[in-house]
Amino acid sequence: MSNWDRFLDSFFNLRVMADQLPKIVDGFFLTVVLALCIVATGLIAGLLLAVVRALGIRPLNWLIIFVVDLFRALPPLVIIVLLYFGLPAMGMELSGFGAAWLALSLVLMAFAEEVYWAGITAVPKGQWEAARSTGIGFLPTLGAVVLPQALRMTIPPLTSRTIAITKGTALASVVAVPEILGAAQAGVSFSFNPSPLTLGALAYLILFLPVVILGRWIETRFAWKR
Amino acid sequence: MADIVDARAIHKHFGPLHVLKGVDLTVAERELVFVIGPSGSGKSTLLRCLNRLEEPTSGSILVDGIDMLDKRTDINRARQRIGMVFQSFNLYPHMTALGNVALALRKVLKQGRAEAEQRAQAALARVHLADRADHYPGQLSGGQQQRVAIARAIALEPRVMLFDEPTSALDPELVGGVLQAMRELREDGMTMVVVSHEMGFARAAADRVVFMADGMKLEEGPPGQIFGDPQHERTRAFIRQIERH
Repeated sequence: MSNWDRFLDSFFNLRVMADQLPKIVDGFFLTVVLALCIVATGLIAGLLLAVVRALGIRPLNWLIIFVVDLFRALPPLVIIVLLYFGLPAMGMELSGFGAAWLALSLVLMAFAEEVYWAGITAVPKGQWEAARSTGIGFLPTLGAVVLPQALRMTIPPLTSRTIAITKGTALASVVAVPEILGAAQAGVSFSFNPSPLTLGALAYLILFLPVVILGRWIETRFAWKR
Repeated sequence: MADIVDARAIHKHFGPLHVLKGVDLTVAERELVFVIGPSGSGKSTLLRCLNRLEEPTSGSILVDGIDMLDKRTDINRARQRIGMVFQSFNLYPHMTALGNVALALRKVLKQGRAEAEQRAQAALARVHLADRADHYPGQLSGGQQQRVAIARAIALEPRVMLFDEPTSALDPELVGGVLQAMRELREDGMTMVVVSHEMGFARAAADRVVFMADGMKLEEGPPGQIFGDPQHERTRAFIRQIERH
């Protein structure tokens, strides 16, 4: 067996791949579901935090900044492991899926809050003054005047950040979630052959390449036209 | 006739800076009061105190009989009666001209979309921009943007209009259209307070000119008197300097 044949047998073993394909496909859809859940909760929670922060209530803002810095500083894997193994000790059982979802949502929330906040503060003060001078209240001004402009500015940085964090779904394999990487690793142990990892890599490409391209499109589509 | 604006002994501190040092300003109904003075004299700050965009450190402000500084005053309701036009227009860039004017009608007066847009269209017509209703601010000239801003303020049918250097950010050839819109407002009987360096307009249209310097009102009177026979040395120096340009 030449080196090349050994390489092919290790990473492109079609028999093994065919065997493991159904598991990888299941893992693919599990990853999609997990990613969508994280994006939804992370982006919404981040926006809520930024809106609360805009109210300018000092002690609340200190708390928000503390929480945000905490989840930006901790490695996502550490948070997943802490939630998965730590919460049961506090009497709260969390599935691997639940731990990964919650942990990555918190991380995305933290980064998204900072991006939203930067967007809100980047809207000129005159926009607030114009709206408030016509008698529009604080929250309607935020909602109708400031946020639409802020969100538009935040779409490019938010898109890349969201993609980076959703790729962290692979970390869920550590807490026994059979998403793409988890399924691929299981396939490797089952077949004593690393070819399922190749399938996993392909599955990630199929999932994230369109997302990256969509992100690029969104970034140009929402480039600020004045 | 009761004064629309009755501001007394307004003081404003920004940290260590004492920018308003006990200024009085009264404006009668249908009166056009022009506030002039060197930059840093506090005239813009005074204007911004009137609708409480700035919080005065002390003093009292009544606008149309409403105590603007009373914490129990519903500031959003009070501001409906006070239109404001800014130096930098501050149009909402993500909304059309019509959307800019209609927003407060919908959010403040709780009008439905159709009603608000009809009234917004009428306000745009008053500043001769009915045909620009679906343009975004970025598609309008500075002068047109400022007229949309005027329409946005008058759509709420305010009792008084505040103009904060409305033509200072405009190219010279665009100033005329904005002044024309202000002149027409005045002819319709709008009470106006104008902070501006448009001395020609002040001479022609103002009922009264207030000269401010160093956070104080140094002199006030009819434009003929202020421009023709100023009493205060600072006023004379200021007018001389302006006239030289």
